[in-house]
Amino acid sequence: MKAERINQYYFHDVNTAPGKLGRRSFLKNLGGGIFVVFALGGYGCKPRKEGDIPEFNAYLRVREDGQIDCLSGKIEMGQGANTSIPQVLAEELEVAINQVNMIMGDTELSPHDDGTWGSMTTRFHDPIIRMAAAEAREVLILLASEEMKLPVSQLKALNGKIVDKNDEENSLTYAELTKGKKIIRSVTEKPVLKKPGEFKIIGKSQLRTDSLPKVTGKALYSADIHLPGQLYARILRPPAHGAKLVSSDTSAAIAMNGVRVIQDNDLIVVLHTSFEKAEEALKMINAKWEIPPSKADNETIFGYLVKNASESNILYHGGNMDAGKKEAAFLFENEYHDGYKAHATIETHTATALFEKGKLTMWASSQTPFGTRQEVAEKLGLAKENVHLKQIFLGGGFGGKIYNRQATEAARIAKLVEGTPIQLMWSRQEEFMYDMFRPAAVMKLHSGITKEGKINFWDFNIYCAGDRGTQLFYEVPNHKTTTWDKSDLHPFGTGAWRAPGNYSTTFARESQIDIMAHKIGMDPLEFRLQNMKEGRALNSLRLAADKFGWTKTKQPVGIGRGIAVGEDAGTLVTVIAEVEVDKTSGKVKVRRVVVGQDMGQVINPEGVIIQAEGCVNMGLGYTLTEDVVFNWGEVKSSNFSDYQIPLFSMIPEIIETSLADAMDQPPQGGGEPAIICMGAAVANAIFEACGARLFRMPFTPERILNALK
Amino acid sequence: MEEKTKFELNGKEVEVLVDKNQTLLWTLRTNFNLTGTKYGCGEGYCGSCTVLMDNEPVRSCGIAMTEVNGKKVFTIEGLEKDGQLHPVQKAFIAHDALQCGFCTPGMIMNAVGLLMKNPEPSRQEIIDGMEDNLCRCGAHTRIIRAIETASVEMKGGSQS
Repeated sequence: MKAERINQYYFHDVNTAPGKLGRRSFLKNLGGGIFVVFALGGYGCKPRKEGDIPEFNAYLRVREDGQIDCLSGKIEMGQGANTSIPQVLAEELEVAINQVNMIMGDTELSPHDDGTWGSMTTRFHDPIIRMAAAEAREVLILLASEEMKLPVSQLKALNGKIVDKNDEENSLTYAELTKGKKIIRSVTEKPVLKKPGEFKIIGKSQLRTDSLPKVTGKALYSADIHLPGQLYARILRPPAHGAKLVSSDTSAAIAMNGVRVIQDNDLIVVLHTSFEKAEEALKMINAKWEIPPSKADNETIFGYLVKNASESNILYHGGNMDAGKKEAAFLFENEYHDGYKAHATIETHTATALFEKGKLTMWASSQTPFGTRQEVAEKLGLAKENVHLKQIFLGGGFGGKIYNRQATEAARIAKLVEGTPIQLMWSRQEEFMYDMFRPAAVMKLHSGITKEGKINFWDFNIYCAGDRGTQLFYEVPNHKTTTWDKSDLHPFGTGAWRAPGNYSTTFARESQIDIMAHKIGMDPLEFRLQNMKEGRALNSLRLAADKFGWTKTKQPVGIGRGIAVGEDAGTLVTVIAEVEVDKTSGKVKVRRVVVGQDMGQVINPEGVIIQAEGCVNMGLGYTLTEDVVFNWGEVKSSNFSDYQIPLFSMIPEIIETSLADAMDQPPQGGGEPAIICMGAAVANAIFEACGARLFRMPFTPERILNALK
Repeated sequence: MEEKTKFELNGKEVEVLVDKNQTLLWTLRTNFNLTGTKYGCGEGYCGSCTVLMDNEPVRSCGIAMTEVNGKKVFTIEGLEKDGQLHPVQKAFIAHDALQCGFCTPGMIMNAVGLLMKNPEPSRQEIIDGMEDNLCRCGAHTRIIRAIETASVEMKGGSQS
């Protein structure tokens, strides 16, 4: 497809004034066409009970002009769901992908969804969309059967038409079939879906469908909504989490021309038609704070966590730990550390809101529009029907926009200035303060191997990194995996970060595997092959090793290769990195990265490769440079100058992705898996390059030089 | 204090009455509703607010309106010519050189500025020239490729 001819599946209706269209009247108020609604349960799509019109979980509409509206509760934050969802829909409905109009994350138009996270869209949402599309296809065939006076068995869908199998010229277009009709169908039985061998669109690479608005500056994000009379809101912030306001003097700010200051208990807000004037006024407020004493900082946090994470949970346990330990020829005991990381999306948390006539309308950068609606409704004491979150693009999410403090703040302000639209866009400093950071974690690993290099003992204690991806795919007769955590343990909010916790535990596990292999002088690939169970992990390892061209040959001085294997979101992934280490400066350059993925059915191969590349490039940040600096509640990282996310000069010259051919298998996650392996793959490569073994991420030049001493 | 600033914006003479310290970024976004130019960090570190001023890529978050007087400013919205996308825009589409798209306008404006000065940059020169523009989604690999492609197309003389 030529770039300039790409159809623009642009979000429609983002700028229209707040409407009165309720969910119940939605079907009534919309025009004609064939509507397919769903009342199926399922992960991420809770069935609902109220009302006589069925509350729908998935929904599509064949419009009277033959175009298809796909209404989805998912949002688009860069991951490419607005390309892959139309692909599966178009496949089943036999239309071109550019006939599909996506309407996403609008709480009045889209079906309920728990949120866009956990690599769940392709795994759990696409199958429902496929069923809805297949159902619509069956309805169209029924309609055609009546009009063409032909039996259903003699008809099929083809290129936006229902055609006579015996004479494809004899056909009716979807527009002709839909014209003047209004049919509402609810899927009750699973319709017949196409088999992988019949796919024309699924499994074929498709360029992103939202590039045109994004390269022309027309794509709208929450801060790009400008309503008449809109004011920018800036909130007075404490210098540290947990700080208490002792006194405040807002008189100088109030005296500024055009400034409006509102105070509602602890909330002090400055409003102005100019963002910068509001910012200036905010700085005029004289506030005194009481900061709580520090319990730990970014250096001492690891000991603090181990000491205080008192609630344990044994995840897996098998064999006899004492016997395993006794029988081991070599034992290894190591502790691995991972600091706090920011999501650092380039778009900060933002919400534009208007409260009018008892109803709140909002454009918020949220991965969970329905959850945000609920939260906002509760905070404001409104019925959730009176809170409308509108469709909008997100400037990155990575788990950070599951949490929407900015939305509840904006809602509160909007209600205080009823009738006046407001925009709350966090500054970068606020983003570094209120981001729900990826938690710091400690992994204690005690393991043992036999003389032959078989792992026979594995005691894994995980502090604050959870259980995601921790099921062992190595064959270990005596093993135990325990997680440790406690609520309110961290000095500030923490939360999900692209493949939560898995990057920390994978770093520890795959480093430990490497350490054990090197101890007995065994090639790390061979060591993994001989200890891994037959299955998809092994499959991903073979894919990556083949693509990389792994050999046992000794590498030139300063060059090293590292392997890491992991599991995330149903996908088994192996990353092999090649690095160059300058032993004098401690600087690392990652030169080449190969990703091997067994992820079942692939909807958009290029989309998968883009996500794998994104994981590699983004993953280099937590691996090499990113670390939140803090003294308890005082977050000292405040901008990109002191929190270094990946730069062009850091990214590998070569990134290659090899995918397992598994089109007959269910689709698995693609947005997160590869990122979990970056830490360990690079750590292991650094070891091969220079002999430095790193136990704490990120691997700064200073830490590498220290490890070389 | 409010002052009148006259400048050329996307090829048209414009005049705006704003506080003389107001930055170009917020003037574009608030006074002209040109929201393609993004706020990312407010301190010039991320490059999301990059525009061309007299053909030079600049961080509009750090440019006061007094400095804009008499200058020629181009934003992402002004890049299309006669309904045709700029070769850099086309190359970004063709290479899927974006994900969330938030850094994209700044990336494109910086790349256009880079190619004006150096029409045939090496891979290393592209990396050096784009180094201070941040992308969180990890689209760097494809952005480099897109700029290489645009460079080849522009060499064909279709557009400057």
